[in-house]
Amino acid sequence: MPYTAKIKVTLRQSILDVQGKAVEHALKNLGYGTVESARIGKYIEVTINEQDKLSAERIANEISQKLLSNPVMENYSFELEQVN
Amino acid sequence: MADVIVGVVVFPGSNCDHDTEYAVASFEGVKPVMLWHNEHDLKGANAIVLPGGFSYGDYLRAGSIARFSPIMQEVIEFARNGFPVLGICNGFQVLLETGLLEGALSRNRDKKFLCTQTNIKPVNCNTIFSADYHLDQVLSIPIAHGEGNYFAPKETIESLEEHDQVVFRYTDAAGNVTAEANPNGSLNNIAGIINREGNVLGLMPHPERASEKLLGSIDGRPLFQSLFSHIAGL
Repeated sequence: MPYTAKIKVTLRQSILDVQGKAVEHALKNLGYGTVESARIGKYIEVTINEQDKLSAERIANEISQKLLSNPVMENYSFELEQVN
Repeated sequence: MADVIVGVVVFPGSNCDHDTEYAVASFEGVKPVMLWHNEHDLKGANAIVLPGGFSYGDYLRAGSIARFSPIMQEVIEFARNGFPVLGICNGFQVLLETGLLEGALSRNRDKKFLCTQTNIKPVNCNTIFSADYHLDQVLSIPIAHGEGNYFAPKETIESLEEHDQVVFRYTDAAGNVTAEANPNGSLNNIAGIINREGNVLGLMPHPERASEKLLGSIDGRPLFQSLFSHIAGL
């Protein structure tokens, strides 16, 4: 049964996000004075064909830790949806 | 000097592989062999160099995909068995991804890709990669990277410093370690580190691009010389 893992990888708060900073400044320059900060991350969709949701979840966790994120400077989170 | 064989790994997107091959070949009795990423054979290499470039297009994160290439599985085992592995620039990024070295390299502090001559100084000359340097030397070696901002958790930095694992730091022309001389925001001005066992070195500056007078500097040569003398003397 295929599941789609919608995985978000974000830089840890303690890491300076220079891309986010550039976007934040651009938004402020555009006149959006209420914009306080911007942070940029990655969004990755992976289709996983597993028997059940628990197994798909295990794979999603494993690949996020092993390849998709670098735990030294990034966090990850994901949502799992069944594909019909 | 007995023949020293140096394996230079070639990933799709490597672009300093031939510079490294050229620099290595300029030492007497040293023979470079190129190792394609899909191979499993280290071809009898006594040392491995992971060159600079943009392996796998730097997709996902610099070095993250190269780390899982077939050749890297052999390189990781080679390193774990105590043999010398040198990672330059993208090669350093790959070594951090493998966990052979600790920490990570994030975007440069000032957002820019930096391609410039920098000053660094050796701060530990008791390694197989730095024995031919002196602590009072200031080296002129170029950098060329967008993600060279060395980061590690506080405990890791403390442990690296405590065990003399920082081998090179960015300095000004007089050899002072200052915030102004730090090109990319690296913690403690770190330009290169070695593993605890002393056989795996990663650095952002390019010694192979400072290995011939015509290139403006030969300050990278002692790094290679240290390594090759060590191997030949084994």
